[in-house]
Amino acid sequence: MPKEISRRSFLKGSLVAACATCASQVPLPASAKSKDGQELATLIDIRKCIGCEACVEACREVNDFKYPEPEKPFPKMYPNRVKVADWSDEEGREVRDRLTPYNWLTIQSATVDIDGEETELSFPRRCMHCQNPPCADLCPWGAARKLENGITVIHSDICLGGKKCQVVCPWNIPERQTGVGIYLDILPSLAGNGVMYKCDRCYNRIADGELPACIEECPEDVQIIGPRDEIVREAHRLVEEEGVYIYGETENGGTNTLYVSPVPYETLNQAISKGPGQPHFDKVEDQMAHADNLAKAMLIAPLAGMAAAVGKIYKASKKLGDHAGEAS
Amino acid sequence: MTREATPKAFPEQRIFKPLYFILLFVLGLTGFGQMPIFKRYYIADIPGLGWLANFYATHYIHYIGAILLFGFFAYAGVIYFGLIRKQFHLTSAAYIRIAILALIAITGIFRVLKNLPDMVFSPLFTMVIDISHLAFMMFLMIFGILFMVLKKGWLVEK
Repeated sequence: MPKEISRRSFLKGSLVAACATCASQVPLPASAKSKDGQELATLIDIRKCIGCEACVEACREVNDFKYPEPEKPFPKMYPNRVKVADWSDEEGREVRDRLTPYNWLTIQSATVDIDGEETELSFPRRCMHCQNPPCADLCPWGAARKLENGITVIHSDICLGGKKCQVVCPWNIPERQTGVGIYLDILPSLAGNGVMYKCDRCYNRIADGELPACIEECPEDVQIIGPRDEIVREAHRLVEEEGVYIYGETENGGTNTLYVSPVPYETLNQAISKGPGQPHFDKVEDQMAHADNLAKAMLIAPLAGMAAAVGKIYKASKKLGDHAGEAS
Repeated sequence: MTREATPKAFPEQRIFKPLYFILLFVLGLTGFGQMPIFKRYYIADIPGLGWLANFYATHYIHYIGAILLFGFFAYAGVIYFGLIRKQFHLTSAAYIRIAILALIAITGIFRVLKNLPDMVFSPLFTMVIDISHLAFMMFLMIFGILFMVLKKGWLVEK
């Protein structure tokens, strides 16, 4: 493992350098850019996690100010099929065994067989921060977006809570809270239904040169963070030297969250609880691949149209010439 | 005196009109399908329209529609300059339609670019693109209906 990756000073230094070089470009928070414009990725070593939930608590503590404070009573929703999603009562806010608008990181566990020995594994689950995130690509308002440093965030001031991001996310990560957000000022009964929330990988802390809280507070150094190519290199080293399995390198075309596991992910996937707020470990095809290919076809389409038209004009001119010849 | 007319000499015209309407209808439908409204308002419950609730399906169809539309625009443009312009010229209503279509196409191209991997636009620019793409489509619909009522075609005889 390159020593500098896990070091806070490296991250801080690279972000400060990126900040200096990119400050004039304005559109994104310049300090949220990584060294050389590379995306930052995390590597989660499942073998190290003891399931203590220190990461969960740290996440909740530092992100508390981002959590929704909905207005009640909620607007009456039309039609009736639109369901209220409310996690804002005391009980809802305390939920930790799944992802919610107040719990962006959850610990999953699995009992698996390793070398004939029954072993309990635990591991943190949250947004995978895809390299080409469908949630950001398909968000109709631009509320979900990817930052240049590879973090995907949902802008709570813009999000209408339509839940499209959750539907198109291969892991169905974002969670909705009703009664909060801009939809209340537009057509609260007829359009929108709150705001979607998910892990933003502490983008604000990264912008300040700090580590995401889940990484900083982990007593077992389960996660490391660094430029994606270095993270991928480290994951491959672990595969070669320690025989682990990688998840996230190619899933959905590549994510900025990689896992290494002592057992294949098919095994892990069968052993975990899956469902709302509890993501799977299935294989995931690149959800945006077809769209990317179609985008390339858009370049060719006008050329094909022009070529067909030129052929048509040539034929028409030739026909006109033939008629003129016959007439004379 | 000039009069708006259909250039009967060009058989393409018979295909242009229905193709244009079909493409715009499909693009409009799948474009609105990018918002989570068809399931909410039971439209996707109508037999045969379930696909409208599938965001990936509507997204692909929207892209395919845009490919066909770009090809169609290029074909129609060259045919106009190469053949039709000798006998007809564009009406002012046509210029307005073309301007709005161009704005839809330009904002659409930026939206497609934004969806490519490694392409990151600022949040404000993304939102402006998204909303203006929708707004220009609404303008096209409004002007389309208006010109239909006023019987303002695309071409007028020279």
